[in-house]
Amino acid sequence: MRLRGVVLSSLSAALAALLGKAISLFARIITAPRAIWTGGEPRPGPRVYFANHTSNGDFVLVWTVLPAVLRSRTRPVAALDYWLSSPLRAFIGRNVFRAVLIDRRPEARVEDPVSQMVAAIDEGDALILFPEGQRNASEAPLLPFKSGLYHLARQRPEVDLVPVWIANLNRVMPKGAVIPVPLLCTVTFGASLRIREGEAKDAFLARMSGALLELSGGAR
Amino acid sequence: MTTDLALLLSGVAAILLVATVIGRILRARIAPDGSNAVIENLNARIAAWWGMVILMALAFIAGRPGVVILFAVLSFAALREFLTLTTKTAADHRALAASFFVVLPVQYWLVGIDWYGLFAVFIPVYAFLFLPVLSALNGNPERFLYRIAETQWALMVSVYCVSHVPALLSLQIPGFEGRNVLLIAWLIFVVQFSDVMQYVWGKLFGRRRIAPTLSPSKTWEGFAGGILTAVATGSAFWWLTPFTQGQAALIALVVTIMGFFGGLVMSAIKRDKGVKDWGHLIAGHGGFIDRLDSVIFAAPIFFHITRYFWSLT
Repeated sequence: MRLRGVVLSSLSAALAALLGKAISLFARIITAPRAIWTGGEPRPGPRVYFANHTSNGDFVLVWTVLPAVLRSRTRPVAALDYWLSSPLRAFIGRNVFRAVLIDRRPEARVEDPVSQMVAAIDEGDALILFPEGQRNASEAPLLPFKSGLYHLARQRPEVDLVPVWIANLNRVMPKGAVIPVPLLCTVTFGASLRIREGEAKDAFLARMSGALLELSGGAR
Repeated sequence: MTTDLALLLSGVAAILLVATVIGRILRARIAPDGSNAVIENLNARIAAWWGMVILMALAFIAGRPGVVILFAVLSFAALREFLTLTTKTAADHRALAASFFVVLPVQYWLVGIDWYGLFAVFIPVYAFLFLPVLSALNGNPERFLYRIAETQWALMVSVYCVSHVPALLSLQIPGFEGRNVLLIAWLIFVVQFSDVMQYVWGKLFGRRRIAPTLSPSKTWEGFAGGILTAVATGSAFWWLTPFTQGQAALIALVVTIMGFFGGLVMSAIKRDKGVKDWGHLIAGHGGFIDRLDSVIFAAPIFFHITRYFWSLT
């Protein structure tokens, strides 16, 4: 019994690693993504990458361009209802990306999203977070940020917050598209930020949003 | 054929070896700490050349399927770069996806099965007529002509023109049977060598710029020196081709001038779109189109000349 468990879990780990490589390779073939680190070299350890959200492939792209050593310790924060909707997605979400799955329906929640993120940070993992909370299909470059980033920063003020601008992926995979169009994408990482002593929520979120927008270079 | 190909490849390897040594000496003498950007770029370019030549050699050794697949992949990479910069909206999504996943594979399949009649018209007639239909069906007229025209030119440049390189394999030249790969090797060698020599002559003696608003690095001195060197070298390698030495010189002149035009036109497009390079995947060179631009303009013309005067088909 025990042997079977060990075999099964190592099989699933191997499958997860293989699937991760395959997803990464696919992302590279379609978008040849280029990482631009404007705020210093990539660093290991707990930190929060917060990015603009225009496509379902966003976190895959951020994850793909991270150095391999950091990738295994970087977890996307994603919607539970989407990632548990089919067995394959659930496997990819849980085993490949080790996503921190957040329930978007406050009434059905058993766990507080901020505590879930704090727990991941405390384990030494980095997070990929989309503070807009949903895909941006509007003309505006960014939607107003939800407050999750603020509460997380409040609880762990010593953690670096890294703005990440993803360019062009919305053209590769616009909402509703099934087949991606191969186009070059860039992922720009800015200088890391932290919450200031006594900084109010609105001021903090505006500062984060501004820092992210600055990386866009005026383009969407 | 294999001995001739081996001879040419050893010649190229010898040139690269000399270039590698020069690059290392320059770095050691002038800026051993890697602080001179021109020298670092030169070394990156030479390193990338090794990679490109090795890849090319492997495709030649693999024969026809290898060459067709290699150029299909190059077309894919070039189209990905080109369409990144073109005008498009979400309404074009299907037309763009069809360009990658229908038009490109069909064009190379036609090369593979030697169907010249359809190969020659498939993109300029069928793709050009039906892709705008896909865009129009989505009913967004905003900048419609820009969108369809730029997509069409992307296909023309990245797929149609590039596919003329492997299409050289389908020519039937009496007395040259089984040696067509050498036509490709000779064409690529002459055109790329001309680019390299234009760069070298330009860096050493370049004074008067040809088109300062388009490309600061193109000078009359580089143009003349580079093309003359490449023509002399191309005619010296006439024994690889079905041409006489004089014919080889004349054809080398035509393809190197076409190659220069290709670089000029692609520079104008880059300027228009506000980028310095088409991509970033080939270290020191930029993108795939940065390296292919001259071949793109030279290949169809070389194909037509060879087909009209030498081929039975």
